[in-house]
Amino acid sequence: MSMLSFERKYRVRGGTLLGGDLFDFWVGPFYVGFFGVTTIFFATLGTALIVYGAAIGPTWNLWQINIAPPDLSYGLRFAPLKEGGLWQLITICAVGSFCSWALREVEICRKLGIGYHVPFAFSFAILAYVTLVVFRPLLLGAWGHGFPYGILSHLDWVSNTGYQYLHFHYNPAHMIAVSFFFTTCLALSLHGALILSATNPGKGERMKTPEHENTFFRDTIGYSIGPLGIHRLGLFLALSAVFWSAVCIIISGPFWTRGWPEWWGWWLNLPIW
Amino acid sequence: MNANTRRLGALLVLGVSALVVGCERPPTETVQRGYRGTGMVGVYNPRTVADLQAANKVPDPTPAAESGGPSAGTQFKNVKVLNDLSVAEFTRVMVAITSWVSPKEGCAYCHKGADLADDSMYTKVVARKMLQMTRHINADWKNHVADTGVTCYTCHRGNPVPANVWYDDPGARMAKGFAGGLGDQNMPGTKVGLTAMPNDPFGRYFVKDGPIRVVATEPLPGAPGKSIQQTEWTYSLMMHMSESLGVNCTYCHNSRSFAEWGTSSPPRTTAWHGIRMVRDLNVGFLEPLSGVFPKEELGPKGDVPKVSCATCHQGVYKPLYGASMAKDYPELGGAHASGK
Repeated sequence: MSMLSFERKYRVRGGTLLGGDLFDFWVGPFYVGFFGVTTIFFATLGTALIVYGAAIGPTWNLWQINIAPPDLSYGLRFAPLKEGGLWQLITICAVGSFCSWALREVEICRKLGIGYHVPFAFSFAILAYVTLVVFRPLLLGAWGHGFPYGILSHLDWVSNTGYQYLHFHYNPAHMIAVSFFFTTCLALSLHGALILSATNPGKGERMKTPEHENTFFRDTIGYSIGPLGIHRLGLFLALSAVFWSAVCIIISGPFWTRGWPEWWGWWLNLPIW
Repeated sequence: MNANTRRLGALLVLGVSALVVGCERPPTETVQRGYRGTGMVGVYNPRTVADLQAANKVPDPTPAAESGGPSAGTQFKNVKVLNDLSVAEFTRVMVAITSWVSPKEGCAYCHKGADLADDSMYTKVVARKMLQMTRHINADWKNHVADTGVTCYTCHRGNPVPANVWYDDPGARMAKGFAGGLGDQNMPGTKVGLTAMPNDPFGRYFVKDGPIRVVATEPLPGAPGKSIQQTEWTYSLMMHMSESLGVNCTYCHNSRSFAEWGTSSPPRTTAWHGIRMVRDLNVGFLEPLSGVFPKEELGPKGDVPKVSCATCHQGVYKPLYGASMAKDYPELGGAHASGK
């Protein structure tokens, strides 16, 4: 198979974390590596278990398939397969395949000699998932606190878990997370619009350079963060959103048992009023 | 470390400690309230629960009294409610009431001098109405209090006036007209779990028969729906119930549909009857006492003290954690009920 011009840089030996040269090869355009093998293993097994769970469940309706975690009474023990054990195995597979994928990204970064920004960013997504189905259940003392695997059922879980604390919008970390999500969208829309404007000049005009882009934002809002800066800002905003999401759910239950509106009692009780 | 890093570090420490100081610490306790994975779970701080349990100890019952012999109605003058009891039962109830309602003030809280039949103290007139109310609850509101029943102690807990009564709220002192007019909301209210919901939902639902159901029943807007304000009043009521019972929304509801009874948990039925019971007690027993209470017992708008969920529940999902005192005091119970 012929190589594309840039693949020369990519297809270099070494940079592996585990397995040495053993899995250091490509299948078609895809790098394999030790973690590619573990990714395939966990992802295939996990998906097969989900399909099995659907098969023994009451419906094949994609929206309604539900693989629920065990009853709280099982605590942190293993549950029978059909009473939440399946959920536990699928969780292990999910964590295994997500982490394998992140480590495979690390190996590719090492081959390319680039920074670890991509696996670093992806690991925040993993952190959010692991916080929901591992850390928080561990702190609350039962795997049953994880969310169920199902399109509608996990939404019901989110809704009810929010209402466990009466009004989740009063959760301070949730406030910060939501603000970061919105700011991410704002930054992305400003940036995307700018790039589209600069790269789609009017008929007979030339494509615009960063000088034009900077000038546009200096004129509109008095400041331009620049072509490199916007990507750093975007990464920071997006990762902050995910990080504070993880914080807002980990504190709900282990560190706060009442309604979130009540948490603000400290503010009402400040001696300044 | 340069000055900027230090400053940033100090800010970070301040922020994290602000978050931690405001919070509780693990371990916390959880109770599953629905099918696994639905997230219908009660979350409790065991330290807070221990305090609540200590505060909700039931006093030991006095030995049961003989039911035979001449009735109190024939032996004493001016006995209007407990006249069906034997003299021994009657005396036992009087002693119990004193220890439940006026342990410090004693008999003199209601009785003037040696003439126990004298009705000149308002407290005695109120007490008579409250005895009728207690019997009414135990006889006619079994779908809320079941066989657990209530006694004076359920609300009073040694206080002449129960700790959790409510009056009509005159609202915060505000500028009139355009500058004021917060519509009773947008201020943290203690009755509504410190939310900014309308601060005084009680009169609307616990005296008047205000509409609680606000969820649309049609997918598209057809007939005029419920207003946002009406929805917020309902939420205020729900916040009050949640705070009073020490439970979260999922104790009664599966939030995927608040309205649907099929996916709600059984306590929602009990709560539905509870709202009607509270209304019945306020309208049937407390408001009729309007002319009886002296001015200093009335609220800022001149209304009588009234009951809400908190009056009996006091932060617990079942008053006194479901311990039945009424079974030790059949004198107050359904068998003797004389209605209003």
